[in-house]
Amino acid sequence: MSYVHEISPLHLDVLKEFGNIGAGNAATALSKLLNKKVDMKVPNVRVVSLDEMIEMAGGAEKVVACVFFRVEGDAPGSMFYVLSLKQAEFLIQQMTDDESFQFNKQSISELAISALQELGNILAGSYLSSLSDFTQLNLYASVPALSIEMAGALISIGLMEVSQVGDFTIVIDTQLNQDNSQSNLSVNGHFFLLPDPSSFPIIFQALGVSMDD
Amino acid sequence: MTDSFNTIRVGIADMNVVKPPFIIRTAGLGSCVGVVLFDSVVDIGGLVHIMLPDSEVAKDGQLNEAKYADTGVKVLAERVIKQGARASKLKAKIAGGAQMFQFSVGSDLMRIGPRNVAAVKKALLELQIELLAEDCGGNNGRTIEFNPISKIVTIKTVNQGVKSI
Repeated sequence: MSYVHEISPLHLDVLKEFGNIGAGNAATALSKLLNKKVDMKVPNVRVVSLDEMIEMAGGAEKVVACVFFRVEGDAPGSMFYVLSLKQAEFLIQQMTDDESFQFNKQSISELAISALQELGNILAGSYLSSLSDFTQLNLYASVPALSIEMAGALISIGLMEVSQVGDFTIVIDTQLNQDNSQSNLSVNGHFFLLPDPSSFPIIFQALGVSMDD
Repeated sequence: MTDSFNTIRVGIADMNVVKPPFIIRTAGLGSCVGVVLFDSVVDIGGLVHIMLPDSEVAKDGQLNEAKYADTGVKVLAERVIKQGARASKLKAKIAGGAQMFQFSVGSDLMRIGPRNVAAVKKALLELQIELLAEDCGGNNGRTIEFNPISKIVTIKTVNQGVKSI
C-alpha cells in the first residue's frame, strides 16, 4: 500500500497552505528583485503519475530553463523552478540590464547563467525559510543547479525518490506571474516542490495533522 | 524525426513492443536509460524506459517492472520473444544515463545515470543479449526512436543534433 492512499483532502489542503506560505514569500522576493509587481496563484496540490508530472513541467521533450535544488534538513525533497526559454530570457534581460540577451546566440555568458541561478537561489531561500519559520522544521536548499534541457530529462531527477515508493507523486505547484506591459510577455514561472515520501508524516505532524486522520 | 500516427510512445517507467509499420519512441531521457531489444533478422523490437537500477529498493506492493533495470530488461526480453523474436537472435542498443545537474557534492541521487547504465549492462550480460551500440553518459537529455525494419536507433538532443546508432 503506497503512502498516496493515506492522503485525504484535508492533507492536500494542509499542503496547499504549506505551499501558499512559501510561495507568498518567494513572490515578494521576486517582486523586490525586479522592482515589479508579481502575482501569485493559489498553489495547486495534486497527486499525479510520473508522466503527468513531466507534462505539468511542459512535456518530456520541451526545452525549458530549470533551476533544481535539493531540500535538505528535517523534511527533504526536490524543488524545481521551471521557466520557458522566452521567460528565462526576459528575466535575465531584466537582471543583467542587457536587452539583447538571447539563448540562441553562440555563447551564453556566465553572467546570464549566474543571474538565473541566483534568482532561483533567492526564491528557493525565501520559500524555504518562511516554511521553516512556520513549521519549526529545519529546511534549507542545496546549492542551485541550472540546466537548459528537455523537461522530462530534468524533472525525472526529482522523481527518483518518490518512484522508489510508487508510480505517483504529490506535487505542490505554485505559479508566479510577472506581467510585462511593454512586450505583452508574462513570466509564468512554476515552482514545483516534491517532498520525499518519508517527509509527508513529518510535514503533517509539524502542522498538527496526523497521517491517520 | 517524425511524430506521426504510426509512432508508439513509451512513457517514463514504461515499456512496449513494436512491429512494422510502427516505430517506437521515448522522449526526455535524462538519467533514465532507454533499452531497445530487437531480433537481428525478424522485424520486431521493444523499448523500455528505465528509471532506477535495482528493484530491491522498491517499497511499493505492486512492482512496476518497467521502472527498474534488472526487471525491465528481463520482462521486455520475455515480451518481445512472446511476440515472435527469437532468444538466440536478440540484440540490444541503449541510450541515456546522463548526469543532468552538476553538483559539487555528489550524492547517490546525482550518480543515478551511470548506475542505471551499469545495471542495464549487467542485466543484458545475465540474459546473454549482445549490446550492439550505446550512446550513454554526458549531461544532455535524449529522445530516442527505434525503427524495427532498419533496426536503427535515432537519438535527438538539444545541443548536439541528431545521430543514429
